[in-house]
Amino acid sequence: MRELSPRSLPAFILIGFVVLYAGMLMVIPFLTILYGTFAKGLEPIIATFQDASVQHALLVSLLLSVIAVAVNALFGLITAWVLVRHRFTGRKFLDALVDIPFVFATPIAGYAVLVMFGRGGWFSPTLFPIVFAYPAILLVKIFVALPFVTREIQPVLEALPPDYEEAAYTLGASRWTTFRRIVLPEIRTALLYGIVLTFARVIGEFGAVSVVAGAIEGYTETATTFIFRALKDRDNTGGYSVSVLLCILSVVILIVMNHLRHRALDQR
Amino acid sequence: MTHFSLPAARSIAVAPPQTPYGVWGLRGAALTYLIAFIAVPIVVVFVQGLYSGLDEFVASLVRPDVVSAIGLSVWTAVLMTVINTVMGTLTAYVLVVYRFPGKKMFNTLIDIPFAVPTLVIGVMLVVAYGPQTVIGAFFKDTFDLRIIFDTPGIVLALLFVGYPFVIRTVQPVLIQLDANQQESAHTIGASPWTTFFRIIFPVIRPAIITGALLSFARSLGEFGSVVIISGNIPMRTQTATVYIYTQIEEGNFQAASGASVVLLLVSFMVTIGVDLFLRRQRHA
Repeated sequence: MRELSPRSLPAFILIGFVVLYAGMLMVIPFLTILYGTFAKGLEPIIATFQDASVQHALLVSLLLSVIAVAVNALFGLITAWVLVRHRFTGRKFLDALVDIPFVFATPIAGYAVLVMFGRGGWFSPTLFPIVFAYPAILLVKIFVALPFVTREIQPVLEALPPDYEEAAYTLGASRWTTFRRIVLPEIRTALLYGIVLTFARVIGEFGAVSVVAGAIEGYTETATTFIFRALKDRDNTGGYSVSVLLCILSVVILIVMNHLRHRALDQR
Repeated sequence: MTHFSLPAARSIAVAPPQTPYGVWGLRGAALTYLIAFIAVPIVVVFVQGLYSGLDEFVASLVRPDVVSAIGLSVWTAVLMTVINTVMGTLTAYVLVVYRFPGKKMFNTLIDIPFAVPTLVIGVMLVVAYGPQTVIGAFFKDTFDLRIIFDTPGIVLALLFVGYPFVIRTVQPVLIQLDANQQESAHTIGASPWTTFFRIIFPVIRPAIITGALLSFARSLGEFGSVVIISGNIPMRTQTATVYIYTQIEEGNFQAASGASVVLLLVSFMVTIGVDLFLRRQRHA
């Protein structure tokens, strides 16, 4: 459709109404939390981030998220490849499985981990502690963001005819070289976009992590479970400060997402 | 189920490739990944839910707090879906059809709910519209309406979290819509309303329905923002996900598993519905 400049009054009202709705829904809350956090000056915020348990929680969130992203990037890429390029019985079923984490209420995901690895669980006792320790947090983080990488790469691979890969292979390139030189450049933007979405999702995960982590201060507490505990304990400044930090991070994520989307459009 | 993918080139029919090396290694890796991380948790939840027999399962469901929690989840999700479908369609229309200052920025901001943790969305809404704020106090005094720690807050949180869903499914369809059709309808004297309802709406309807169902499924399972905003009062503001969470925290696995099975079943049915709907549209 062609872009028009609004000329009639209803058009202006419509634009105004939509912008007002989005502003009330998303922008005002964003600005009020910024204001509410910085209103009392920088000192309480600095004090929050100097707290050893807060630093530890941020570190745990970051490290576990990076590992979860790495796992999902590698296996998501392989899964996309297998679902697009291979033909085998049960492929459609596997393809349908991929979307499930999108609609899976996250506390239930945590609950499944407890049932499997918790005390008296199906697979316990385990060799090393899983529940109320880092492995369980990692497991649920991988689960909640599993679809993103696969679902971003799939359409790009589908649009990429296998002729190039076959030509490269026929000309003597190894499978790995073919992938690295022919396929990877084509899917790189989609892969990065999937990685950014995955990171945003895992760093902000709360429901499942809260269930499996036990939020042990200075150990399994993550950024989001810290916010929840701080607000419960009426430590509003602490809760808001970490919330604002995550907000600032999401602005960065948003900018990267936007940049990648423009790059994908340019490549077309 | 659709997903908001980056724009890809035109899809080309792909012939099944020759059997390459390492097929089984790659296929095995993908299979293990999907089975271990998705199939196993589903099986675990369902088996655990029905483990102690159907009677126990039913008993864990026919409790007033469970019925109330599932009911609250469903009606807030339905209300959210209705509002979000209208506002999402209007937003997509405005973003595609009109030129206005700040439009690029606005288009970027639509994705905020994908980037911000849902828990933080809950915190932001409490800070902005809680009873101690200007807007919160206004609604309290004028309409005697509590937004935060009550049901309107739940709907508000769901609207925030699900805002991009309808927009990002409708927008690409609108962009590809034939501009000439629209203009000729306008030239022969059709009003903007007639143009919208007779020319544009039939084309974008499948995308609207898809986006609506996706936001409904998303709302049913939403937890992070709702647990902050709802106040978690059993029988009043406790949604299904918050009920499940509370039961797990208290160690009542039996109570949690019944509600989990029901919630997952509804979510899966919506997902399958979207899938079948899209498949039918493609063949139509």
